[in-house]
Amino acid sequence: MVKPEVYRSLGLSDEEYKRIIDLLKREPSTTELAMFSVEWSEHCGYPRSRILLKLLPKKGKYPTLIGEDSGGIIVDDLAIIFKMESHNHPSQIEPKQGAATGIGGIIRDIFTAGARPIASLNSLRFGPLTEPYNRYLLRGVVDGIQFYGNCLGVPTVAGEIYFDESYNGNCLVNVMSIGVAKKDELARAFARGVGNSIMYVGSSTGRDGIGGCSVLASHEFKEGEEKRPTVQIGDPFTEKCLIEATLEALATGHVVGIKDMGAAGLTCSTSEMASVGNSGMEVELQLVPRREADMEPWEIMMSESQERMLVCVKKGKEKEIEKIFSKWDLHAVVIGKVTDDDIVRIKDKGKVVAEIKAHSLTQAPVYDMPYKKPAYLDDLNKLDITKISEPKDYNGVLLKLLGSPTISSKVWVYEQYDHMVQTNTVTLPGSDASVLRLKGTNKAIAATTDCNSRYCYLNPYKGAQIAVAEAARNLVCSGAEPAAVTDCLNFGNPERPDRFWQFKNCVEGVASACKFLNISVVSGNVSFYNESIKGVVNPTPTIGMIGIVDDAHQVCTQYFKKEKEIIILLGISKEELGGSEYLKEVHGQVKGDTPDLDLWLEQAVQRTALDAIRKGLVSSAHDCSEGGLAVALAECCISNKENMVGAVIDSLTFDARKDAALFGESQSRIVLSCSKKSVHKIRDIAERFGAPFQIIGRTGGKELEILVGKRKIINLSVEGMFERWIDSLQSLIMA
Amino acid sequence: MKFGVVVFPGSNCDQDCFYVVKDVLKQPVKYIWHKDTELDNFDCIILPGGFSYGDYLRTGAVARFSPVMDSIIDFANRGGIVIGICNGFQILLESGLLPGAMLRNTNLHFICKYVYIKTENIKTPFTNLCKKNQILKIPIAHNEGNYYIDDDGLKSLEKNGQIVFRYCSPDGDVNKESNPNSALANIAGIINREGNVLGMMPHPERSSEAELGSEDGFLILRSILKWLGSK
Repeated sequence: MVKPEVYRSLGLSDEEYKRIIDLLKREPSTTELAMFSVEWSEHCGYPRSRILLKLLPKKGKYPTLIGEDSGGIIVDDLAIIFKMESHNHPSQIEPKQGAATGIGGIIRDIFTAGARPIASLNSLRFGPLTEPYNRYLLRGVVDGIQFYGNCLGVPTVAGEIYFDESYNGNCLVNVMSIGVAKKDELARAFARGVGNSIMYVGSSTGRDGIGGCSVLASHEFKEGEEKRPTVQIGDPFTEKCLIEATLEALATGHVVGIKDMGAAGLTCSTSEMASVGNSGMEVELQLVPRREADMEPWEIMMSESQERMLVCVKKGKEKEIEKIFSKWDLHAVVIGKVTDDDIVRIKDKGKVVAEIKAHSLTQAPVYDMPYKKPAYLDDLNKLDITKISEPKDYNGVLLKLLGSPTISSKVWVYEQYDHMVQTNTVTLPGSDASVLRLKGTNKAIAATTDCNSRYCYLNPYKGAQIAVAEAARNLVCSGAEPAAVTDCLNFGNPERPDRFWQFKNCVEGVASACKFLNISVVSGNVSFYNESIKGVVNPTPTIGMIGIVDDAHQVCTQYFKKEKEIIILLGISKEELGGSEYLKEVHGQVKGDTPDLDLWLEQAVQRTALDAIRKGLVSSAHDCSEGGLAVALAECCISNKENMVGAVIDSLTFDARKDAALFGESQSRIVLSCSKKSVHKIRDIAERFGAPFQIIGRTGGKELEILVGKRKIINLSVEGMFERWIDSLQSLIMA
Repeated sequence: MKFGVVVFPGSNCDQDCFYVVKDVLKQPVKYIWHKDTELDNFDCIILPGGFSYGDYLRTGAVARFSPVMDSIIDFANRGGIVIGICNGFQILLESGLLPGAMLRNTNLHFICKYVYIKTENIKTPFTNLCKKNQILKIPIAHNEGNYYIDDDGLKSLEKNGQIVFRYCSPDGDVNKESNPNSALANIAGIINREGNVLGMMPHPERSSEAELGSEDGFLILRSILKWLGSK
């Protein structure tokens, strides 16, 4: 009889243990228990989130592909495969290796689908940089991303970094990878064909990362726990060789199916490949290349050593596959075969140590979790704007916002990432979205990640909708048609009804916004238990979105291009200060409701901007987000350091307080600049789509001047704004 | 003219170099696996950037023992054109085809960005289409680009016109502010005494098409083609 403390230490509940006994009709062996614990963990089996995830749309304006480990869309004869995943807890414990292995894992999900990885993005959340540990985390995570991503030769092209107190004690590291394949050359993650061989390829198996997903990813942090040994160690050189060898092997046509050994290692790959293929599988653990002596069978099955894959190879073709991997100095060993029952049978020295129906492992229990609106929320949503004093020094406010860590330039970070390798990056980091050309076609793709988690904290449903809307707006500003989404849902402990309420509302928000915009959700990841003794993270449904640029020459960037051009604002500035960066940074308050989102207005604004860009009428396009219109205008002036252009904003009209108009974060607004002769054409387009249109000023000079009525309330040199914005993050990190 | 792009395990700019020669320069090109030793059919060998063997030891220190390197040394000694870019430059230093060594960037970070370099020697197979002191806008992407050589070595490089490129400001000032990695004397690229082997840290293959932001690197590739054509 297995003692309760044993299965509980593996993350299994009493009910789950009973269910295992019912399924097996006997007591599980240690190895079997370990296998169930990882497969039924939230990380692998999604027991607590699966019901809600069904709400996410699987169809959109582009044909959608849903694979086993990733998903994508079809564009002409290409498949664009992408996925985002979290590596939060490992990064909180060991930031460099945590982030590095996060990249390694997500990239394996892409090339096991047969796609060559062409870009990475990352979305990072930390507590304030005034805490030394948060500075250590940021430095370590950036170091891990550059260490792993640069070596692989996959450019890190875009991302975002937010700072908020809720991430003290639990940072978020969400990494996204994009790959491209011919649509008829995609690979599947299954084992089929009785007698076909199961080959183990890549690095050897060690004791690193044992229990990573069940113990580390599926529980919150408690005080004084030592979890470092559950973090894996990354070897990007081996991964680079693995990419090349795998793509070469897939090209032979001898591979039936292939799966990465990421979370839950051999357990996950054997049981899921068998389950998806409706096959059985028999594996001998003594054949597994190991880097340590005397490993127990359960340790081999649980190990999360990196840079390993399981491959189902056509019988008789093993030698050819082995030859390819040995050319790249990688292991490729037959460790088992496909069988005609539906059982995963694990042997050690010929003795059966686990014998489980594949489906019973992969069909984790499903829980319909209770939820309840948090009691604090009604109070929190009340904001009496008359109690917020209007600033006397608008220049000072704008400079403060430009220097706030969330808004300031991220150049210190992205210059450490190789963002140009593969020579596809047409729009470099530092604009609303990065754009990558697709060699051999006229097309390009744009990619971005987005989520303002403060909005989601104040109003999870609307906040999640805004994350989708803003991601789409970013893509539109770069000249792309928003096409599809991958989501990475970071939340607290789902067993607590208030946290689960946040999760439920965010998923519903993402689903409704995607349905409205006709965008499919092709892949994603759920990360629960993001809390520590310091509290729970803000609900953070990070949206990774891909857009398609039909003509790679029709891309657009956010910065003003030349003097004497007309500046247009699409959209409406309302009296909304709730959840704004201004309210937090200047007035020290996180309160109110999130800004309104009218998806019809959003769509009208986006269609106008995209149509105008495609017709070649637009010189620059930038969306208004954190810091509102004033920050957006400042960024238009300063984000191309080689050609900074000032602006005079003298005809701004709005029906709100001045601070709300300038720093409020009303949604669905885009700042355009264009030549004088394009203005009326853009006005016509705006009218056609029903988007509010106003000319607010013109480019030129060396200053940003904003007038309200006749009064100049902002008057700052572009140099001065640039210096505050460019150096702020680095000086905070180096403090 | 036939170009060869060497592939070491961990090379990651090999496909970019291959693409730029084939599709932009429109010349025949083949990959050369690092264990191949037959180079007779090639006119120009490119050692691409990347992380050969992961750069887990000193950069280039393992790759120089690859079988292909003996053949490349012979090829160079016979006057063949060899260009090493980034990690390729580091391998050329380790193999002794070029003098000096690379240290880590002084900020101890990987740096990826556009920089400017000044073309000081235009009488080379790699720069014959440049104007004297022409300023090229071209990206770097490396951890170890801080070039070093002893005093005598530097004097010899200067005297023989072996310093082809130096980091400079957009206006051409060779100064400390425009030196991204603190390379000695702002050195970004050097040739051997004979002039047929070039090592450079910046990436011409990343700046050979207008849509990527600069075509200045393409001058280097076109210069090679012109040189080979006139031979």
